[in-house]
Amino acid sequence: MMRPEQEVLLGAEESHATPAIEGSGGDSDGPAVALRGLHRSFGSQMVLDGIDLTVGSGETLAVLGRSGTGKSVLLKLIIGLQKPDSGSIRIHGQEITRLDLDAMNELRKKMGFLFQHSALYDSLTVEENVAFPLRRHTKMTEPERRDRVKELLSGVGMESDLKKMPSELSGGMQKRVGLARALALEPGILLLDEPTAGLDPITSGEIDELILKLQEEHNMASIVVTHDLHSAKTFADRIALLHEGNVLIEGKFTELEKSDNEFVSEFLKRDS
Amino acid sequence: MSQDARISRRWTSPDARRATSLMPATLTSVWSLINRFLEWFGDLGLFAWQVVRAAVRRPFEGRELIRQLDEIGSRSLPLVALAGAAIGFVLALESRSSLARFGAKSMLPAALVYSIIHETGPVVTGLIVSGRVGAGIGAELGSMKVTEQIDAIEACGVNPYKFLAFTRILACILMLPLLTLAADFCGVLSGWVADTLVEPVSFQRFINQGFVGATFSDFLAPTFRTAVFGLIIGMIGCFQGMRTQGGTAGVGLSATSSVVLSSLFVILADVILVKFILVFFS
Repeated sequence: MMRPEQEVLLGAEESHATPAIEGSGGDSDGPAVALRGLHRSFGSQMVLDGIDLTVGSGETLAVLGRSGTGKSVLLKLIIGLQKPDSGSIRIHGQEITRLDLDAMNELRKKMGFLFQHSALYDSLTVEENVAFPLRRHTKMTEPERRDRVKELLSGVGMESDLKKMPSELSGGMQKRVGLARALALEPGILLLDEPTAGLDPITSGEIDELILKLQEEHNMASIVVTHDLHSAKTFADRIALLHEGNVLIEGKFTELEKSDNEFVSEFLKRDS
Repeated sequence: MSQDARISRRWTSPDARRATSLMPATLTSVWSLINRFLEWFGDLGLFAWQVVRAAVRRPFEGRELIRQLDEIGSRSLPLVALAGAAIGFVLALESRSSLARFGAKSMLPAALVYSIIHETGPVVTGLIVSGRVGAGIGAELGSMKVTEQIDAIEACGVNPYKFLAFTRILACILMLPLLTLAADFCGVLSGWVADTLVEPVSFQRFINQGFVGATFSDFLAPTFRTAVFGLIIGMIGCFQGMRTQGGTAGVGLSATSSVVLSSLFVILADVILVKFILVFFS
């Protein structure tokens, strides 16, 4: 059930929400990501209670909400690391909730994921971390792969740290490497889980700038889960605020500011 | 509850009452233990099915397999060789005095070789590897699990059951017989050293006496039963590691449980396989 605020703000986004396409085939003209009636619970705790969201190609959606409202779960559902209890997830029009593992793995190649704590492979160097998806999914020769890794790392300002191990990097540097790894296969969809969590304001600002720059260069559909309203303002086209398992409000930042909902006002006030 | 039942309970002696109240509690805890064990076994079966399903699909992860063969095989070699040598040395010293008492000192090489090849070598190798490799796999995969590295592998479109689990399990299966051979060799060699320190005997003569009457099946079946030990160690280590929950405490628990469970199952498998070998290969 949509709340009144959500209905109003979604009106502006209806153009993205093309009707669902049956079958397993994809639709490149439709939204990059379309979630409908998504439910996910853990035991008796309902975390997501009928989420409806749409993200178009080239668009950045920031998902905000209190801790434990299922923001990270939402991203894991989109990339298929978890299964929803019910509801639909369409990636470029293709329903993914019923895909087998092979088909899901094919689809995952078109998505990049930055984990909250970067999740770099700690037994591999920075270079090997970024090369991992390339080694697995492309037929690049060794020199081509090396060049591509250098290009990706220079894009995030880490070209001089190729041989370092993840344990030798700071949190911000790990996020940069994670971002380079997420972009390795030139994904059409980028999922970022708390890209600035645990970082100082200056490093956070640098990461925000980096995301903005990458958005402009790659024109991907991005969903960014964050607690940081300032970051969301910097790079997001739209913001969705999760509350009690549902999208309480969705729209541009200015539209959120105009909302007279008590929770929205409180959230914006606390975070500003 | 009926009135009669209430009265009869009131007149039961305190000891009997305590016993009746303890019985359901004991039954419940035993039932919950059985339940947990069956649940664990069910999960292990599902895990094994996932690994088998992943194993038959391309790509075959040759590069990672070679890395694991090195990690599990080459790096366990010094420890296994040392353990084998120590066992051979001690066995030779202990057996010598016992055999001398019965005037069967000349049987020492045969007794030593038979004992090492049939039982001591395979079991010691199994237990040493379950300690070193089981703990390593459990801790490594456990740590990868809690730091979302396994999720990151999956998010890259790579099947972790194949990339992480199958390669380690296969490496354990392939390396255990080779490590057993190394332990057997070092055991026999150090047995000869121990024997020759007391009463000099040439290595060739020692070997000739040791392998007198031995057939190829004497050697083959016990050595290859360690491939089953490898399957157990790899499977349990990967399973415990990949189901780790919680933080560093969970990783520690996975490492410990991997060692304990794989050692336990190696011993149980040894009992079953010895009987099997005696029936089919003797």
